[in-house]
Amino acid sequence: MTFVLLSTVVLPTLGGLVAMAVRNRVGAWIATGFAVAAVVAAAVLPVAASDGPLWHRFDVPWVEPLGLRFDLGVDGISYPLIVLTAGLTVLCCLHVLVTDTPRGAQLIALLLAVEVGIVGVFLSMNLVVFFVFFEVVLLPMYAIIAFWGGANRRHAAVKFALYTLLGSLLLLVGVFVVVSGTGTGDIVALTQSRGAGMSDRTQLLAFALLGVGFAIKSPLWPLHTWLPDAHTEAPTVGSVMLAGVLLKMGTYGLIRVGLGVTPAGVEAAQGVLTVLAVAAIIVGGLVCLAQTELKRLIAYSSVGHMGFVLLGIATLSSVGVNAALYGNIAHGLITGLLFFLVGAIKDTTGTGDLDRLGGLRDVAPRLAGVLGFAALASLGLPGLAGFWGEAFTVYAAFDVFDDWGAVAAVLAALGAALAAAYLLRMLRKVSHGPPSTAVSPVDDATTTSQVVLWAPLVLAIVAFGIMPWVLLDGFTGDLLEWITR
Amino acid sequence: MNQTIDHVALLPGYAAAGTVVLVLLFDLVFGRRGVTSAVAAIGFTVTATAAVGVGLAQPRETFCSEAGCSLVTGVPGTVFVVALTVLALAVLALSSPLLRDGHAPAGEYVFLLACSLTGGVILAYARDLVTIIVALETLTLPLYALVAMRGESRRSAEAAVNFLLVSVAAGAVTLFGAGILFVAGGAVHLSALAQTLTVTPLSLVGAAMVVAGMSFKLAAVPLHGWAAGTYDGAPLPIAAYLSTASKLGGVAALLWVVTEGLTPILGSVWPVLAVLAVASMTVGNLVALRQHRTVRLLAWSSIAQAGYLLVPLTGYAASGGSSDAAAAVLVFALLYVVMELVVFAALITLRGRESDGGRIVDLAGSLRTSPVAAVALLLALAALAGLPPGLAGLFAKVTVLSVVAEPLPWLAVVVAVNAVVGLVYYIRFGVAVVRSGGDTTPPVRTTWPVAVTTAVATVVMIVVGFAPQLVWATAVF
Repeated sequence: MTFVLLSTVVLPTLGGLVAMAVRNRVGAWIATGFAVAAVVAAAVLPVAASDGPLWHRFDVPWVEPLGLRFDLGVDGISYPLIVLTAGLTVLCCLHVLVTDTPRGAQLIALLLAVEVGIVGVFLSMNLVVFFVFFEVVLLPMYAIIAFWGGANRRHAAVKFALYTLLGSLLLLVGVFVVVSGTGTGDIVALTQSRGAGMSDRTQLLAFALLGVGFAIKSPLWPLHTWLPDAHTEAPTVGSVMLAGVLLKMGTYGLIRVGLGVTPAGVEAAQGVLTVLAVAAIIVGGLVCLAQTELKRLIAYSSVGHMGFVLLGIATLSSVGVNAALYGNIAHGLITGLLFFLVGAIKDTTGTGDLDRLGGLRDVAPRLAGVLGFAALASLGLPGLAGFWGEAFTVYAAFDVFDDWGAVAAVLAALGAALAAAYLLRMLRKVSHGPPSTAVSPVDDATTTSQVVLWAPLVLAIVAFGIMPWVLLDGFTGDLLEWITR
Repeated sequence: MNQTIDHVALLPGYAAAGTVVLVLLFDLVFGRRGVTSAVAAIGFTVTATAAVGVGLAQPRETFCSEAGCSLVTGVPGTVFVVALTVLALAVLALSSPLLRDGHAPAGEYVFLLACSLTGGVILAYARDLVTIIVALETLTLPLYALVAMRGESRRSAEAAVNFLLVSVAAGAVTLFGAGILFVAGGAVHLSALAQTLTVTPLSLVGAAMVVAGMSFKLAAVPLHGWAAGTYDGAPLPIAAYLSTASKLGGVAALLWVVTEGLTPILGSVWPVLAVLAVASMTVGNLVALRQHRTVRLLAWSSIAQAGYLLVPLTGYAASGGSSDAAAAVLVFALLYVVMELVVFAALITLRGRESDGGRIVDLAGSLRTSPVAAVALLLALAALAGLPPGLAGLFAKVTVLSVVAEPLPWLAVVVAVNAVVGLVYYIRFGVAVVRSGGDTTPPVRTTWPVAVTTAVATVVMIVVGFAPQLVWATAVF
């Protein structure tokens, strides 16, 4: 089944090349076909899974002097993220085709390049190859923002590229601190041996470098300042990919590489991580309350949600890490949907200014309805996907930490209340009240094709909200046990 | 004292020198551009073949005394010779528009290029300070004249004078340092110095002066001032030669001196290398941010890249001589010259009949008018920035950081921050190429040697990007 494993990265690569070569609607459709095939490949990964720590593994030497092997594998931790990435890419490709975006084929090629990088990161079982895929994402994403973005796109794109490059290079330094110290880049072996070969001091140094790298990508407060600009200026599909899966590379890396390879380093930094996580939750919430721009508000909400994920990781407990992984997926689905909706609102009304919007539910009831649903999911309504990750995180924080840590749990719970406040404020401003001048000329422009695009996300949010065990049981495996022992 | 001379070891040197003589003769007899160029191309190929032949056998030594040998063939030396000849061939091909349009006299131009290559070939095998310095000068001397060969351009003449003055100063510093090392260690042969040098203020001053003087060839700070003006004033192919082959010669000189001569005092020399590295990359990147002319930008970027190149050498010294670090220096240098060659080849294609690099904004619209060269340029720029799809550059960066991450993590972080600064101007350059031009200029016509060189160099860059282990396999120390 290594064939299927490889197809998850090879198919989007081929699709991207086709779209680059045939730069018209036909090429775009063929490329989208490859993206669909990649989803199928990703979905059938559990078939014929082996009993080992990894379901499938493809491991061939590449550049031995650098400790680099082309080592890909999949397990329960990465599987849902891979499916999410492949799925969101297809939705984005279809969105490009449905909305008839100018230079659509090129945009689809770049989206597929981003997919290759992100899926590659989730598959990598070698630290150096992990870094290589980490870098693959950078320039295509830069191009998506810089050439298809909003008015201030150049500035936002450069800011994104510089921040991300700084993060990934620090990550690279950390990777080689690990590889030089242990003599291997094999993530599975290093996780099993808990980074044997490195002193606690080396582990702390390695984790500090890796951690800053992942923190910029996630992004974790206070290294998040690239995010609002990038998300706001990016075209809808760019925002969806950024918020939906690109950020997950950071939190996934923290769990897979940080917890896995440098456990002693993470333990030493636990206090710092907890404080940063709580700060992100509170600051993210407060900033959202003051936002006047719709897209920027959703962008900032990611800072708070990622804070919950970090808090889950910082507990270093089985429940916390499970909650973090769960929160990752839930945030990808919900924020992906939110950015599709916000993009549709901005496209039809021509503005994202909260004061100029209003009364959307009278004019476009379907759009307003789905927006309400997504907002409720995002604020963590029980029964929807957003609830479990954050609830279990707060529970894990109470459970694991002693007295002072309980403060963190209380503050995080307070942050969840803030999320409810700013999302309901957004709904009040956008959906309720009399239709504003910007909204009133809009007739219900929600086309069936758009609803079809949103439907998979809505269904997944409901499904994972009602049946959280589907995901949670999937995570379990040797690697998760090694990480949280 | 009788010496037996091993002529087999000298074969590549003979071939290179023979090429020089033949070029001169054929130019006198026929006086035709095509013939002269063909003779040089054949001569360069023979030189490379001889080098490979000698390199495949056991290492040979010649000009030996009790102290050691002046010329040693071996795998790294062979790699340098082959790389230098291939680069000279490429530069010869890239010069065809320049020679066709009569901006430079073909006979003299090719003759000087062959002279310079001869210096490089000897340098690759040289193992004593005097031979190294003489070979370095032989490599550099013809370039003074070549830099000035851009038609009647005044900027070109200024560039040549500037280059000459800095070069003389650098040569003096190197010689002075070599003299001090001779006093301190009592020998000029590197293998003897490796036995006799001890950590004294005298030997450290000597080592610092030799290293600083030789890093002039890399255009590393503090002897970097000539680079921007000289690259920009020189004909484009010569700028390409300066930033690839000439630089590779400097790498060879530094590599031999540091890895074979200064071994006993490495622990005290690495701070010197670290200072040069940090200063070069920081100054290079910061000044490159303000450049608006393509070649000036590339010149400052190549100063920054010289800084990255010194990083694994610093790692070598700081780790007490790990062979992986020495290999990393060579690997980075080889990957770098490939990327740099692609940049210049693509630029020459895009500039058509212009013999200089022009302003960055002049390249607007290239993607539409000559898409292949523009894509090659974009790939090479991504590689110089160290980002996919320019995988060659990504692995160059990985190579540098892999060596220093453990012994000197702070230096690795400095490299990381510098690479971020570098991305700013590489992106600016790239966006200028992608941007559509105001006036629709017709596609520029180029000569077939330029087209072939651009294509081959780009393919090589893509191949070593996916298979950097091929480059690592050649770097055996």
